[in-house]
Amino acid sequence: MTSSMNPAIVATDLRKSYGDKVVLDGVDLMITEGTIFALLGPNGAGKTTTVQILSTLIKADGGTARVFGHDLAREPDAVRALIGVTGQFSAVDNLLTARENLTLMADLCHLGRAAGRRRIADLLDQFDLTEAAGKPVSTYSGGMRRRLDLAMTLVGEPRVIFLDEPTTGLDPRSRRAMWHIIRALVAEGVTILLTTQYLEEADQLADRVAFLDHGRLIAEGTPRELKRLIPGGHVVLQFADQEGLDSAARTLQTATRDDAALTLQVPSDGGVGSLRSLLDQLDRASISVAGLSVHTPDLDDVFLTLTGQPDTRASRPDHERAPTR
Amino acid sequence: MSTLSLAVRDSNTMLRRNLLHMRRYPSMTFLLIGIPIIILLLFVYVFGGTLGAGLGPSGDRSQYANYVTPGILLITVVSAAQGTAISVAMDMTEGIIARFRTMSIFRPSVLTGHVLGSLIQTMLSLAAVTGVALLVGFRPTANPVEWLAAVGVLAMITFALTWLSVALGLVSDSVETASNLPMPLILLPFLGSGFVPTDSMPTAVRLFADYQPFTPVMETLRGLLLGTGIGNNGAIAVVWCAVISVVCFLWAKSLYNRNRTA
Ligand SMILES: Nc1ncnc2c1ncn2[C@@H]1O[C@H](COP(=O)(O)OP(=O)(O)OP(=O)(O)O)[C@@H](O)[C@H]1O
Ligand SMILES: [Mg+2]
Repeated sequence: MTSSMNPAIVATDLRKSYGDKVVLDGVDLMITEGTIFALLGPNGAGKTTTVQILSTLIKADGGTARVFGHDLAREPDAVRALIGVTGQFSAVDNLLTARENLTLMADLCHLGRAAGRRRIADLLDQFDLTEAAGKPVSTYSGGMRRRLDLAMTLVGEPRVIFLDEPTTGLDPRSRRAMWHIIRALVAEGVTILLTTQYLEEADQLADRVAFLDHGRLIAEGTPRELKRLIPGGHVVLQFADQEGLDSAARTLQTATRDDAALTLQVPSDGGVGSLRSLLDQLDRASISVAGLSVHTPDLDDVFLTLTGQPDTRASRPDHERAPTR
Repeated sequence: MSTLSLAVRDSNTMLRRNLLHMRRYPSMTFLLIGIPIIILLLFVYVFGGTLGAGLGPSGDRSQYANYVTPGILLITVVSAAQGTAISVAMDMTEGIIARFRTMSIFRPSVLTGHVLGSLIQTMLSLAAVTGVALLVGFRPTANPVEWLAAVGVLAMITFALTWLSVALGLVSDSVETASNLPMPLILLPFLGSGFVPTDSMPTAVRLFADYQPFTPVMETLRGLLLGTGIGNNGAIAVVWCAVISVVCFLWAKSLYNRNRTA
């Protein structure tokens, strides 16, 4: 990895509306070369729109953006020569086979016959598609299609890659395989902007994370920095009887109790250390626990914390929020 | 790389893509060849006797087969153009188009690939339909040069109508619309000199028939293949085809560039 701090993508005040609907409301981004930047957000936040603008697919209504110094509006072709895009929706030719799809990309990237063939063989192998290479893509599973989609993006060896929800719809094993591929790309110095709805994915992969909500970045930082913003992690203790619940509630002052369910909810970061001390505390008081579940903060918690009530504002994005903070 | 060599290279790549599609899913091609053949058989064997008698004192079914073939060839071109509009509209719903738009390629190559593919498809259809016409009594008198010129005229009108149908495919919001929009074109050979001489028509229809683009094309073909008089029809046909090609190319290009949210 290059240790330079070159900005690969710089976007300033990106704006986009569809009719009356404001989709991007002034988004600023700075993505360093050779890093993974994750854009997190719920449905309709504007993630895909951001990717579409930065990948020259649609034009922003306002703001500017540069990819390695090339202005998106003025030099779209220079930008296109540097980037690769794997969109949210499959961008493969369903009537062709995997090999034909990749050959199409190699030809459009002007790789030349021999070099193209080598690259295609490598990619088929790397993405575990060699066996199915001669079958029409319409017969592929979602995971295979996703892998082919990414392989097609990589044919031209782009320096910046956009991945719009690369793992949505993949099973856990395929998701891990995709993470592995993404890490390998960054190790080679590629810059990646990925969008996701999974906090865990951003945590696993990203050097920096930004939260997008209703077309605005509401928080940005390293995963560690952002997690500090998010309370909501807790442990749920299940008790066999009312007596156990009562004595536990006396011991653990910060807990909230649910008498009907015989459970106690204790704030916690879910780490091994804090779990051990919690259980030690109960042990010392001779309280027996029937069950325990750890709840780590998820995207819901993040949005609840950062935006308050997310739904009330959703219907009228054109209205400014009242300055309540 | 220069713009021209980039254009040629990427168009050629896209052409290969379209030819693969056609080869893998040939049913559309057969359907498009079937329509003109059915019309040919219908007009020669059902209406041919009566319509042939209308051509003149010595007119009969075999003479009508000669008369109607240029019109049938244009029906073939129109039928293929309808197929082009459908496949362009279908292609625009494919996710891979978004990928092409983010790649550093000759931008209109998606369209030129369709046009070149359709041109090849249509020329093959024309060869098949001509073969059937020969079987049912078409007796051309053309020498090799005239044959070559006739092929040139057909390629010219095909090129023009293909750009038109690419634009119609792009302007359509659905595949059904794309299939319906080129429909009126199939009437043009009928509302021209394709099936009966225009002087047998009432004035209003005849004026339309004499001045619409298909009539000079059919008259030129008739002249080249059967030795009838061409007059200035050849020149008029060339101008029509050039104008349609340029206008529809520009229209299609702007439609493709505008539709950026696919
Ligand atoms: N072509 C369009 N016309 C009108 N509205 C659009 C268009 N594209 C997107 N939108 C609207 O813009 C908003 C943001 O969409 P976008 O696809 O960027 O969200 P997203 O964050 O990618 O969501 P998801 O997680 O569902 O993929 C949505 O409310 C959507 O309805
Ligand atoms: Mg999206």
